[in-house]
Amino acid sequence: MTERSVPASAPASPGWLSRLLMAREVSLVGLLLLVTLGTAVINPLFLSFGSVRDLLLNVSIIALLVVGQTLVLLMKHVDLSVSSTVGLSAFLTGSLFVANPGMPVPLALLFGLGLGAVLGSVNGLLVAYGKVPALVATLGTLYVFRGITYAVVSGGQINASNLPPSFLGFGTGSVLGVPNLVLLAVAVLIGFAFYLRSYRGGREYYAVGSNSEAAVLAGINVTRRTMTGFVLSGAIAGLAGVLYLARFGTVDATAGAGLELQVIAAAVVGGVSINGGVGTLLGAGLGALLLGVMGSALVTLRAPGFYQQAIQGALLLAAISIDMLVSRRAAKRLQEERKS
Amino acid sequence: MNRFRSLLGGLLGWEFSLIILVGAALLIGGLLSPDFLTGSNISFLTANFSEVALMALAMTLLIIVGEIDLSVASILGLCSAVIGILFAAGVPMPLAILAAFVTGGLAGLFNGLLVTRLGLPSLAVTIGTLALYRGLAYVLLGDRAIAEFPAFYTNLGFGNVPGTLIPLPMALFAVLAILTIIVLHATPFGRSLYAIGANQIAARFAGLQVERVKLSLFVLSGLMAALASAVYTFRFASARADNASGFELSVIAAVLLGGVSIFGGRGSVVGTVAAVFLIGIINGALTILDVSNEILTIVTGLLLIGSVLVPNLLTHFRTYQQRRRIKGDSVIQ
Amino acid sequence: MKKRILLLSALALGLSTLSFAQAPTTIKKGLKITLLPKNINNPYNVIETQGGLDAAKEIGAVAKVVGPSDAGASSQVSYINTAIAQRQDALVLAANDANALLPYLNRAKQAGVKIVTMDSDTAVSGRTLFINQANSEGIGRAQVQLLGKLVGYKGDIAVLSATPNATNQNTWIKWMQEELKLPRYKDMKLVKIAYGNDDDQKSFTEMQGLIQAYPNLKGVISPTTVGISAGARYLSTSPSKGKVALTGLGTPNQMRAFVKDGTVTAFQLWNPGDVGYLATYAAASLASGMITGKQGETFMAGKLGKYTVGKDGEVVLGPPYTFDKANIDKFDF
Repeated sequence: MTERSVPASAPASPGWLSRLLMAREVSLVGLLLLVTLGTAVINPLFLSFGSVRDLLLNVSIIALLVVGQTLVLLMKHVDLSVSSTVGLSAFLTGSLFVANPGMPVPLALLFGLGLGAVLGSVNGLLVAYGKVPALVATLGTLYVFRGITYAVVSGGQINASNLPPSFLGFGTGSVLGVPNLVLLAVAVLIGFAFYLRSYRGGREYYAVGSNSEAAVLAGINVTRRTMTGFVLSGAIAGLAGVLYLARFGTVDATAGAGLELQVIAAAVVGGVSINGGVGTLLGAGLGALLLGVMGSALVTLRAPGFYQQAIQGALLLAAISIDMLVSRRAAKRLQEERKS
Repeated sequence: MNRFRSLLGGLLGWEFSLIILVGAALLIGGLLSPDFLTGSNISFLTANFSEVALMALAMTLLIIVGEIDLSVASILGLCSAVIGILFAAGVPMPLAILAAFVTGGLAGLFNGLLVTRLGLPSLAVTIGTLALYRGLAYVLLGDRAIAEFPAFYTNLGFGNVPGTLIPLPMALFAVLAILTIIVLHATPFGRSLYAIGANQIAARFAGLQVERVKLSLFVLSGLMAALASAVYTFRFASARADNASGFELSVIAAVLLGGVSIFGGRGSVVGTVAAVFLIGIINGALTILDVSNEILTIVTGLLLIGSVLVPNLLTHFRTYQQRRRIKGDSVIQ
Repeated sequence: MKKRILLLSALALGLSTLSFAQAPTTIKKGLKITLLPKNINNPYNVIETQGGLDAAKEIGAVAKVVGPSDAGASSQVSYINTAIAQRQDALVLAANDANALLPYLNRAKQAGVKIVTMDSDTAVSGRTLFINQANSEGIGRAQVQLLGKLVGYKGDIAVLSATPNATNQNTWIKWMQEELKLPRYKDMKLVKIAYGNDDDQKSFTEMQGLIQAYPNLKGVISPTTVGISAGARYLSTSPSKGKVALTGLGTPNQMRAFVKDGTVTAFQLWNPGDVGYLATYAAASLASGMITGKQGETFMAGKLGKYTVGKDGEVVLGPPYTFDKANIDKFDF
């Protein structure tokens, strides 16, 4: 635990730090290439335009959610409620469209962001001010938000045929062949990656997660940083809910259920430590992509349907185990280097 | 010592309030519906949460040492699949049940080894095994549902203690709950769990075998899930790969509502038992009042948050008052 | 003493057979009926239970719809127990599992609750009547016949089903495989049965996976309303639109857009509201003692007319109806 927080708490010496972090991301990229090319050799259709486009679309919603989750994980917290936020946002946005078919798409996106921010602030208040452990608070709101969705939906469903064509067009549209949803997810990811890397506010997430007491002594307002993190995670989940609606068109009360574990899995595979203070958004995004590619490859390789879940679980375990062994060895090497 | 006593007082306070709430829920349910407080109805509704109750016992111990096991419901599904597939292949039922226990124990051992030997966080490990074990259950059984078990066994899951309205699985739970209470609160092993949960490094310096204790608790959690799988399989006379999926959150919600700290070192079995009953009874009362399922989801979530938030706010309020009193005193001086 | 009881019960038996000889000819007023769908959030189930409520209104029964929010095997159990506790006269349900509910349904039967299944059956011993939307063999074969016509009896085909354990889907798929054995389908090959779990997103990605994994895929049958609409939505924006034929069971409102834009040529269904309507009339006739569920008995079902109980207590609503561009606008459900 302590040996893992060493690299991140010393951002001043970029030489070996970036080497270590790069190594993790490089290995992720390597693995990605291996899986992609390996699958493509067996079934060239895997790299066809349509297939790649579908894959990226599938990953884009998870990748977006991973951004918010990473902010929270960096502070040694967790946000289990994201899946329920996605569901509530998707359904309410859909209902809004049914009531006002003429609503412009940007307004829908803003609505999702705003709703998500409100839901996120509930988590933030509980964790930052109520001192409720994040796992408990967000497990609670996972139930509450989902329950509210059930109550609001009460057996209803939003169908693609109730949504205005402009919105559905946004969901299926693309710029220069890249789907809109993918562009949006990548933009958010890059924006936050830059913020985490180069801004004081961004670095504070690492400081809070590495050592909360030291962060207080360093003059960081930990309570406010925690609050902000949860509000951002909620807002991003709300936005993801609107994209979910645009992507799938049909939404019922169970929309998004179970996404939380996939999102956490993606972040952890991407090298974000569950113990806080370690990880990058580039890695987390690559983690989401890797899990998506593996899932898709299993389908393309015609792995029997019943094996897919088991294989994905095993891959996740392998990823975090290898990650731990590599970082242990790196830490050991560092110690030896220092000694000599 | 004083502090320890006040801590004990606080804990008993929480458990006491939970037990009061259980009583209140029973009373309100009975007042609102004449069909609620009948012996057979209470018997139904307690039988209904027996699997969650069984798994919550081991989960309490795991969370007290600061670990967690999200894979319990998947282990249940896997063990249920093992029972089903072996029975269908003609293996005698006692052997099939034994195989389920071996499977559960091994699954728990695997979780435990990854956590204690590799030093991986249990939350991440058991998210992985949650998918892995459920996946293996599907590999074994696929879309098949094995049913038509011998009546002797389904009666074990379905029946009551002869001459009473107490469901057999609940009687089993009562025995195991008492055993767990004794082990946790009256043996050196039990006390060592609190020490490990409160401060792992200090516990190690004090000579406790932290890794071995944790490993044994993960195995115990797997065995309990195996036991719950036998109960579930016979209670529903059906072995399927998707048995009990999603139960892990109910188990954890019950343990946390019972006052066990997610950071370890604090909590009791009595609290967990009271919480299991509270959720089950509220669930049963709402169902019989034809209140829809979603309200229950919301109530569970609110109870869970309230269980931590309310004591926190009370402490906060008390220290605030104390501070004011001290301030007031200093002004007078 | 014992003898006297025996005598008395014999007398009672005699009396009851006597009264049976003059079976009532009208439905009792004020019957208490519980409608229990697979889950309360499925739009198909909402239409179905609405039909049941309409029927209840016509016959002056007090009916209500209760149910779980997920379609898990065991989640209907507490609602069955509640129906017993509330002393309902009849329970109309679409079963989530053929076996898991049996012991509970038997308990309900013993408590005097009449059991009618609709849409998705339990094992025969679990209920008195089963309202089948259409003859299972007919549904299975008709869908293969329809797809065969659409793909010119040539190429790879796949099935996109609901959950791997769904009783109704699995029976239909069995009959599809039977139909495919006929010589006229010798050039059609069933390459995969995929499961979308009646979850919109899962069905969507499963459809996507089918098209990716099987480049020679010519047609897909999705015998579930969730699956066919999700599959159609994927197809309508994919390059395979028009190259892969999709058919199955869907509701006109969900499929209208896709029939009009050419993604789907034809699909089948019955009116789900009629299923619930017929089931409620059947349940009320049972609870009024007008029928006992024996083969050959007849009963009236309001606007639908006269129905006869078939083998094993099965009542068939009628043949499925094929919707296409020409007739779809005549339907609104």
